[in-house]
Amino acid sequence: MSKRWRRVIRYSKRVLTYVSALGFVAFAAFPFYWMAITTFKQNKDLYVAATDTGHVPWIFNAAPTLDHVKLLFTQTAYPQWLWNTLLVVVAVVAITVLVAVPAGYSLARLAGRWGEGLGIGIFLTYLVPPTLLFIPFSRVVAVLGLQDSLWSLILVYPTFTIPFCTWLVMGFFRSVPWDVEEQAMIDGYSRLEVIFRVVLRFAVPGILTVVVFTFTLVMQEFIYALTFISSVGKMTVSLGVPVALVRGDVYHWGALMGAALFTSIPMAIIYNLFMDRFVAGMTLGAVKG
Amino acid sequence: MRLPFASSRLPARETFADRESLLAKVMLAPAIAYVVVLVGIPFVLAILLSFSNASAGSLSFDWVGLANYSVILGDPTFLKALLNTAVITVAVQVLVVILATAAALTFREVFVGKKVGRFLILLPWAVPITLAVMAWTWIFDSTFSVVNWSLKVSGLMHGWLYWLGDPTLGLISIIIVQVWRLFPFATVIVLAGMTSIPQDVVEASIIDGAGFWRRLFQIELPFLLPVVTVAVLFGVVYTATNLSVVYLLTGGGPADSTHVLATLAFQRGIEGADLGQGAAIALFLLPFLLIVAVGMLRVARRSEVGGG
Repeated sequence: MSKRWRRVIRYSKRVLTYVSALGFVAFAAFPFYWMAITTFKQNKDLYVAATDTGHVPWIFNAAPTLDHVKLLFTQTAYPQWLWNTLLVVVAVVAITVLVAVPAGYSLARLAGRWGEGLGIGIFLTYLVPPTLLFIPFSRVVAVLGLQDSLWSLILVYPTFTIPFCTWLVMGFFRSVPWDVEEQAMIDGYSRLEVIFRVVLRFAVPGILTVVVFTFTLVMQEFIYALTFISSVGKMTVSLGVPVALVRGDVYHWGALMGAALFTSIPMAIIYNLFMDRFVAGMTLGAVKG
Repeated sequence: MRLPFASSRLPARETFADRESLLAKVMLAPAIAYVVVLVGIPFVLAILLSFSNASAGSLSFDWVGLANYSVILGDPTFLKALLNTAVITVAVQVLVVILATAAALTFREVFVGKKVGRFLILLPWAVPITLAVMAWTWIFDSTFSVVNWSLKVSGLMHGWLYWLGDPTLGLISIIIVQVWRLFPFATVIVLAGMTSIPQDVVEASIIDGAGFWRRLFQIELPFLLPVVTVAVLFGVVYTATNLSVVYLLTGGGPADSTHVLATLAFQRGIEGADLGQGAAIALFLLPFLLIVAVGMLRVARRSEVGGG
């Protein structure tokens, strides 16, 4: 009796796990399903009022089409936005790696006790949000004559990538064993030589993480781009798609969802690969890996 | 404070001590310079601008004292935006903590398709938020909403829901989208926290006969508190300071009823060219951020003391 009871409990627990997992997956993934189905639907299948209960919007009621995709790549500025985004990403990644990696190393290894406090101080500046700074920056950008220029984004984006990545790199170097460096110094290398010959080799995964997170942070950014950039040809993907894929008052939902889909898929894959390192940085060491 | 053994333990370090402190400064200088010049100075500028009548049109301005503050404090739209920011921020964190804990308990189990499932629930956090918000705008469309179709066909709704055209539904839509985008992040953090719960304590409690809920509330949740705190603190920053969700979903409408501080600051400061008033509105985010900063410092200190 009691054995049977326990089996019932075990089975219902399994069922509950699957139901719960399915529920969360459905909630999380539903908008992406919707992006995908919208991208490939013909207009006559897409624009049917939801009051028509006989027309099921969840499935293709007419043959799928590539019309929206063609429109997106040939008649909109989407390819230009991808290019602009790439330029900004490359420049911001370069600045961030050059500034944050040495800073993170210094805080982890060289700065001693005051490094701890300074590290937290730099991290806290990550909490000063673009929402507080976009108004003074609109002034600064105007004074520098950088309005409507990608240079404004290249100048300003490191203000949030540097603090965050310095923190990530600091954590990374702390987890790299110290004895290898120590041994190299005992062997007669100077500190600087150790950094270039030994540390950088160990640092490759850390630098790669910085590259990935700078990339994703730049892809996410909206408020600065919206404030500084006004002409369609200068926009980044995350600004252009929501703001400039509207003709008059008409949204081209097929093309718009296509743009969202094609931008999201590679981002999601990259993100998934680096999630664990990201979490370690975010939890401030509250989780011991 | 310097520990007496710290330097004698590593003789090689001592040799280079002088050069090291110089090297440390050289390596840190660019980062500190960037942060001071491009975060510190603009931050001070934001405060100064809020006491001025600066406009986007010209570079000259006058000091107006507290005029901007007295204008916005007498403005019902601003007070509504402040209230909305607080309501959305709190509601989202409560929902996210509940959902993330439930999701983490689920994804802790072993089941078929777990890896795919994990990838799928991470999607909302990984993709550019503005693109995801456009998908939601389309999902909540007044004419073509698939949500309305589904509710109608399943018999749960008889009238019609104008998700983005009604003050209350507009706020609910904003909360749904924010929860959707933040719960994956919180789930991953809570999952990471669960792996740090000492298994012997859990096993001892099972032997002592503690049930699922008792174990959850008396053993696991206390251990999880630091990580949940971190998730909530980041969540507060991401929700309270976010512009894109409200700007793209409702645009603050209908009739200014769903504005938050960020969208109102943008509307007044940039679109309305009144930098002074925009800066003053944005500065009301400071209390939210101060709470977060204090919380972060506490967590950081505790984890340092707990086991460096």
